[in-house]
Amino acid sequence: MREDRIAIRTRELTRYFGHNAALRSLTLDVPRGQVTALIGHNGAGKTTLIRLLLGLLPPTRGRAELLGCDSRSLTPEVRARVGYLAEGHFLWGWMKARDAARLQRETFPRWDQHLFDSMLKFFGVASNARVGQISRGQRAGVSLAMTLATDPELLVLDDPSMGLDPVARRALVEGLLAFARRDDRTILVCTHLLDDVERLADRIAIVSHGRLLVDSGLSEFRERVCGWTLDAEFGAQQAAQIPGLIDSRQTRERTHLVVADPDLETEAAIQRISGTARREELTLEDAVLAYLRPAAMVGSISDALEDAR
Amino acid sequence: MFELRVTPGGNRPIYRQIIDQVRQAVATGELAVGDALPSVRQLAEELVLNHNTVAKAYAELVREGVLDSRHGRGVFVAKRRRVYSAGERKRRLDQALNVFLSEALTLDYTPQQIEEAVTNWLDQMTTSKAKDSEVD
Repeated sequence: MREDRIAIRTRELTRYFGHNAALRSLTLDVPRGQVTALIGHNGAGKTTLIRLLLGLLPPTRGRAELLGCDSRSLTPEVRARVGYLAEGHFLWGWMKARDAARLQRETFPRWDQHLFDSMLKFFGVASNARVGQISRGQRAGVSLAMTLATDPELLVLDDPSMGLDPVARRALVEGLLAFARRDDRTILVCTHLLDDVERLADRIAIVSHGRLLVDSGLSEFRERVCGWTLDAEFGAQQAAQIPGLIDSRQTRERTHLVVADPDLETEAAIQRISGTARREELTLEDAVLAYLRPAAMVGSISDALEDAR
Repeated sequence: MFELRVTPGGNRPIYRQIIDQVRQAVATGELAVGDALPSVRQLAEELVLNHNTVAKAYAELVREGVLDSRHGRGVFVAKRRRVYSAGERKRRLDQALNVFLSEALTLDYTPQQIEEAVTNWLDQMTTSKAKDSEVD
């Protein structure tokens, strides 16, 4: 049998809560052996997606597969090959770090005690330390160690750096990179920290209002999403003329445009609106924000504050 | 010693920052023909980056003929060779000029001032390079 190069596969995955769609027809392939960053607003559907993937929640429509197995009927054997780090690094405070390890060791056949011990050392946690009495960063370390030492093929992390200081954050990124370097490990990580995404990710997926807006290699994304600066008024009429326009933002005299996959036609359309339009190099944050910024926020915040005065 | 530095959050993607810095170090002679670069794994660990990002930058530099990858022995600064067709070389030169000149002109320099600056830089870059090859 040919090995499946897709670690996570969703098809038209949809989930409603009452009348609200948390996820709408989301179709996504997460390739094996790569790090995919899942980006979106709070409430965009990322956590719902993860819960559907892990079979913690049934889909309203569509389906999801984890390591080739339908998420609704994950076998214990498949579950043991998946590591999941929930938001907030939940651990029982009364437990000692080494007890946490004992708990995992019984459930996971491939438990790696040596890896667990060296991760604790890396995060500066003594094995007899009580989990409730160590710092938040160290707690994140224990919880990462508990997950990585199960030797998962697929690692799913929900906002692992939330609330961590810069040192713990960096340690976490290093831990994940070291894990990713081992053969053919797959990581899906939800995060808001775009600097970490630049260090970690091979691919990014952007989700907004339950829809998948971007699913791309990180460097391809950087090359495909381009910016222009115009010294001209820019309204709906102009916007309609530019193929691939994602976002326009006005400051006092200028308009900043973000465009996906610009071609000669795009360039000509922009030059027709303003002959002095200039290409602008975008940061990852610029490009991601262009996708996530709601239409209501288009315009200038300083104008808004001034109007309010 | 040649040291790479990368900054996330900038307007150059990280693999581009690596490419730019290696190219520049080779152009100025800071890296000489035959010099070894750290392995993909070493550099990824040192800079705290996904190893695919480093591999991608190296692959691009090998494709451009800046680096040579010797199987099992690592990555080295390559002897100069032409890897592009005449048309492609011209296209790349035009592209580089376009970026550079638009930036310089928006800074309100006159064409003369820009020409002078270019000549100075060219002199500096080519003399430091010449010195290096004398040592060889």
